Amino acid sequence: MADALVWIGSALTLLGALVTMIGAVGVLRFPDFYTRIHAAGVTDTLGATLVLLGLACLSDSWQTALKLGIVWLFVMIASPTATHALANAAHASGLKPELGPAKDEAAQ
Amino acid sequence: MSIPFTPDMWISLALLTMLVALVIGVMQARSLLNAILLMSAYSLVAALWLLTMDAPDVAFTEAVVGAGVSTVVMLGAILLARKRDETRDWKRAIAPGVIVLIAGAALIYVMMGLPGLGDPTSPANAYLGRLYMKHTPEDIGVANVVTAVLASYRGFDTLGETAVIFSAGIAVALMLGFGERALADLPHVARAQAQEDAAEGDHHVVLRVGVKLLIPMITLYAFYVQFHGDLGPGGGFQAGVILGVAAILHALVFGLAETMAALPTKLVRGCAALGVLVYAGVGIVCVVNGGAFLDYDHLFPVALDTALKQGAHSHLGQHVGILLVEAGVMLTVAATMLALLYAFAGRAPDLAPGAKGEGP
Repeated sequence: MADALVWIGSALTLLGALVTMIGAVGVLRFPDFYTRIHAAGVTDTLGATLVLLGLACLSDSWQTALKLGIVWLFVMIASPTATHALANAAHASGLKPELGPAKDEAAQ
Repeated sequence: MSIPFTPDMWISLALLTMLVALVIGVMQARSLLNAILLMSAYSLVAALWLLTMDAPDVAFTEAVVGAGVSTVVMLGAILLARKRDETRDWKRAIAPGVIVLIAGAALIYVMMGLPGLGDPTSPANAYLGRLYMKHTPEDIGVANVVTAVLASYRGFDTLGETAVIFSAGIAVALMLGFGERALADLPHVARAQAQEDAAEGDHHVVLRVGVKLLIPMITLYAFYVQFHGDLGPGGGFQAGVILGVAAILHALVFGLAETMAALPTKLVRGCAALGVLVYAGVGIVCVVNGGAFLDYDHLFPVALDTALKQGAHSHLGQHVGILLVEAGVMLTVAATMLALLYAFAGRAPDLAPGAKGEGP
């Protein structure tokens, strides 16, 4: 039982790290501001959820797991709110999203 | 000499490399906003590194002060400054560059004389540190030795630190005021805001709801850190900053005027002074009851102490003394953070186009 938890926890944590890294690549590679914060925001919440869930599986007491749950709740409120604030500020200051077919920068 | 490369060392090396990269980034940044955000990232990585060095108390302070509150205060301060640094001629950088190189070389040379990490024979670990570790359970009776050293053994030092924070807040307030100008402009600002909202529609509803959920959580966490200081990392300094952050978050989202209505300048000024007063007052009470200054064993009169004590080693005076002193620290730190925000952000109306009064 405990052995299975360690495997599940490790797998979830690694998966979370992978998702976060994909998000970082997205922030660097996506063409405009809105798609970039999309990459950052979506993978932040999913990555944090997976990592915290994994750490909760690895933790040695239910108190630690509960604390990680509270951290998850905080991230789930704070991260989308911050992403929304960024997008809202960009929209309010008149930044238009890039529309139309994707331009391949490498091809030009 | 061959260095054994443990996993810890690789993590250390990675974090230190990130720190160097961030410092170069800060130096290269010409936009002050970029520089401030990079400094915030620097503090966060530094906190992580301190955590790997098994110094959670220091890491905690670095994270809340360096990455959290000082970033916000700096953002408030650049409202009053030019947004971009000047690009200078490289010839003018030669003399300062030479001085920096010499100073850096001297520091690296001196560093070679420092004891190794965790060296049991180093002065910090050999005498006093070991003494604190050994005597804290019988002298003070708290689980966290850092708290015992900070608030009891070296309580006088911490009183000095609290006074330094208080006087720094006073100094900034003397230069920039407590944000009275923002209050004087209140009706004008409120009307402009209402017009803007009516014209644009309410853009900030998600932000307001989110922050309303977060502020109670942050405040609760501040008190957890405050009262958990005896057992784990935490204490008055960190709790005060977190409490200040809750108020600053309120000011960022709901506007400075709303925060100043909820937490008036008078209250903030009073709390900043009250914290130092509580701290020093505990010391005076100890003296009155026949002990030394800040000797919490004499916090209560002898008669009351013997009546309350269940056993000879209950450490009641120490517990109550540390609790009161930490409460004083928290009050002063939280109020000073808020006073700094009021001082910086309170000057922003001066910069608005068409604002009356002298510009900076």
